[in-house]
Amino acid sequence: MIPELGHFALILSALVALILGTLPLIGAHTNRMAWVAVARPAATAMALLVTFSFACLTQAFVANDFSVVYVAQHSNSLLPIQYRIAGVWGGHEGSLLLWILMLTWWAFLVAMLSRQLPEAMVARVLGTLGLVGFGFLLFILLTSNPFERLLPAAAEGRDLNPLLQDPGLVIHPPLLYMGYVGFSVAFAFAIAALLSGKLDAAWARWSRPWTMAAWIFLTLGIAMGSWWAYYELGWGGWWFWDPVENASFMPWLIGTALIHSLAVTEKRGSFKNWTVLLAISAFSLSLLGTFLVRSGVLTSVHAFATDPRRGIFILIFLVAVIGSSLALFAARAPKVGLGGRFGLVSRESLLLTNNVLLVVACATVLLGTLYPLLIDALGVGKISVGPPYFNAVFVPVMTPILFLMGVGPFARWKEASIPEIAKAVKWALVVGALVAIVLPLLYGQWHAMTALGLLLAAWIVATAILNFVERVRHTRAGRGFVATALSQPRTFVGMHLAHIGIAVFVVGVTMVGSYQDEKDIKLAPGQSVDVAGYHFTFNGVKAVEGPNYVAAQGDFDLAVDGKFVRKMNPEKRNYHSSAMPMTEASIDAGFLRDVYVSLGEPIDRDKPEGEWAVRVYYKPFVDWIWGGCVLMSLGGLIAMLDRRYRVRARAAAPVSAGAQQA
Amino acid sequence: MKRLFAKLAAILAFGLYLNATPALASSATEAALAADPVAEKRLTKLSEELRCLVCQNQNIADSNAELAQDLRREIRGMIKEGKSDKEIIDFMVARYGDFVLYRPPVQGNTLLLWVGPIALLIFGLSALIAYQRRRAARVAAEDKPLSADEASRADALLKELDNK
Amino acid sequence: MNRYYWILGGFAALVALLAVGLNLNPRDVPSPLVGKPAPAFTLSQLAEPEKTLSPKDMQGKVWLFNVWASWCVSCRVEHPILVEFSKKVDVPLIGLNYKEVRGDGGFDMSKMPADEEKKLAWQRANQWLSQHGNPYTLTVMDLDGRVGIDYGVYGVPETYVIDKTGLIRMKHTGPITPEILAKKIMPLLAELNK
Repeated sequence: MIPELGHFALILSALVALILGTLPLIGAHTNRMAWVAVARPAATAMALLVTFSFACLTQAFVANDFSVVYVAQHSNSLLPIQYRIAGVWGGHEGSLLLWILMLTWWAFLVAMLSRQLPEAMVARVLGTLGLVGFGFLLFILLTSNPFERLLPAAAEGRDLNPLLQDPGLVIHPPLLYMGYVGFSVAFAFAIAALLSGKLDAAWARWSRPWTMAAWIFLTLGIAMGSWWAYYELGWGGWWFWDPVENASFMPWLIGTALIHSLAVTEKRGSFKNWTVLLAISAFSLSLLGTFLVRSGVLTSVHAFATDPRRGIFILIFLVAVIGSSLALFAARAPKVGLGGRFGLVSRESLLLTNNVLLVVACATVLLGTLYPLLIDALGVGKISVGPPYFNAVFVPVMTPILFLMGVGPFARWKEASIPEIAKAVKWALVVGALVAIVLPLLYGQWHAMTALGLLLAAWIVATAILNFVERVRHTRAGRGFVATALSQPRTFVGMHLAHIGIAVFVVGVTMVGSYQDEKDIKLAPGQSVDVAGYHFTFNGVKAVEGPNYVAAQGDFDLAVDGKFVRKMNPEKRNYHSSAMPMTEASIDAGFLRDVYVSLGEPIDRDKPEGEWAVRVYYKPFVDWIWGGCVLMSLGGLIAMLDRRYRVRARAAAPVSAGAQQA
Repeated sequence: MKRLFAKLAAILAFGLYLNATPALASSATEAALAADPVAEKRLTKLSEELRCLVCQNQNIADSNAELAQDLRREIRGMIKEGKSDKEIIDFMVARYGDFVLYRPPVQGNTLLLWVGPIALLIFGLSALIAYQRRRAARVAAEDKPLSADEASRADALLKELDNK
Repeated sequence: MNRYYWILGGFAALVALLAVGLNLNPRDVPSPLVGKPAPAFTLSQLAEPEKTLSPKDMQGKVWLFNVWASWCVSCRVEHPILVEFSKKVDVPLIGLNYKEVRGDGGFDMSKMPADEEKKLAWQRANQWLSQHGNPYTLTVMDLDGRVGIDYGVYGVPETYVIDKTGLIRMKHTGPITPEILAKKIMPLLAELNK
């Protein structure tokens, strides 16, 4: 019964989405305020219905209702409760429902936090979100119904893929989808602005915090996925340039360009067309990612089991959403004003250069991702494009971006002078050069690529500090240095923090790429192995029982300089439901390095008490990769909470109080 | 991304063709058994460039599929025979085609792929310069500061909101 | 029309590519061996283990070379089609039994002596053929899969069409369906046998 209710709620929500996607838009166009007023209640109703539907599916998982096909395929009565709940989005249908849930929540938040916006604008924004939601609801209802029944019911579920039975599944997809779907709000603001013809600084200011929020989620989501892959897959990689990873990276690159471009549009009124185009592109790339993951056109480690009908449906949806918004853009763009004047060397100009470079980086990823498809479609061969290609072409594109990141904050709006900037940043260059020369020598061999990475990272940090100090000096006006430093605008602080996050990320990538060490070895109990000064002693393996698996758990002592540091217990798990053994690495994470042990196989399968194959890694600075991403997100969060945008928070407070009373 | 999502799909597809029980001897096991650490480093480096055909999208170093294991064994043999990297790569290409190469060779059908990023960069930067020139000319021609007008309108609107 | 419509054009091209892509199979990898001489080998025959076969023994004939194993599930799907084919068509069908024991995955190979593997492989292969019917003119045994590697085998079953001069003219990966047999293999055989 409950699954039917969930299904019914989903059908109702599609109807509500259709109303939301039509009446308010028409109302805003024809000035019918009654129709415009439909927007908020409809968005609320849509969110409530989808939330209810999602709760129904969750209930089916929690209650082990194997009469639902999707539950029977992705769960099992032995599955621990947290994975039964996360199992809701462990497959295509449920993850699509999660996507829709996020979309409706974003729409609901916009409805709640937009009291100070003109009603017609709100109607257009919510209407656009309603149309997008309608498309996705139609998609799930027509091709991927998660509530489909299985008659007779299965006695037991097939179980969630053991690879997914990890805290990563609980956190990663929701974060990532919040990011993906969050760009729909920036998209909806852009469409609303195009429809109304009011592409102004106010529009940029309204959509900035929303865009930033989506970007923060996407950053964290990608980082979380990368970290998950690192600790779960057992070979210590953190990014594979897989088509599906690229599908999340492309919107991130464009989203990053968009936050910068929005800043110019808000402050100087320039680049309006460009900003709108980026907002459309960021969401379009999210949709393209959905297509790539769910249609099966590209082979990926992550691809869902595919059904050609789904591919066709998403493609039609892509054409409808992206095609119509690009057509709208092309129709309106020529009439949009240019904005203020700025010189060839100016903050505007540098930000535009940053944007162009980010777009080129994104286009490069797109080219590499789709190229095998292109070659195949033209019938001129079958090739693979993998990490060696991307690593080779990506560094040259990213280097100038990282360099300009240091210069940009020093440039004045409208007109900047190169000698002035050069004077301001020359010490940063000295610091960068010193770090690039000395640090690699301390760590071992000096490589040009290592030096380049460290140079850029040190450069970014040094320029950020110089810029911060310079600004505090100029704004002191008699106050103390610290007091002035603390009262800097949050957008400014957030920007530098995010930039430093990039630097930290670059250090991680550079150091782990240059100085990681690994050893594959067979060890009998009592034997030990050394990697980069870390001494691992193997004490043997014991059998451990988990809720739905049995594992061989290794017992290692980690010692440095003859001193015991800690026990490490990597596992080899055999899940009851799967023939595939899972490797659970044991990681000793540290500020300057991770050491990582994973258990291979017993050399003689009948003698688990004997020798085992063992893989040990030394990964210098690897956690800086994700630490950098967290700093970026934190920077974004601080910027988002700037006073300028707080109007909406204040306006929101009475609204939610009112809602509670009602 | 949905890293690992429905790797199940991979397992199913793989099972359909080979019906193999995966990962009986992992690469770590083989490596541990192999004697020569230098050869092993070379093998790892080489096989990171080579795509496993039966997997969804993995290189030969990371894959535990049977074929990947066999190919690692072949490559080990060739390293022992003193074959160069190029000879080993050619061996693979002769059997499985360019598809096995994660770093596509520079040739007719990959020209666009390799030239693309540089071309995009040059195109992007020249478009940028052209835009700036055109823009400067237009702003100068318009002279009447429409933008300032707009800006003040926006400011007024925002001020109004701030006061709300 | 203004220059902004160019973006729409670019998007249309992308959609066209994706639409074409939907109908392609990314897992279908064409063999570079097509048009090249069939790689040489000398392998023992299943029926008479003391006898061997090499591709040069087949010189002057058009023949099919089919890779199979008893552990291969999809082979069961295509097998009846091969049996039917062998009854109707007078073209030699040579089987390549691929890693009969090692490919199974159920055995610990580190503990199996070579002669035991050989015995087991012959026994399993023979049993499978007597159970499902034997369409093969003869089968050769590739215990360690080395010949498979030379032929670029990556997904059993696979089928090669080899012409009178010993050139590979076609390769099909995966089970042969009646449609592929009728539309691709039969016309090619007819042409090559002209």
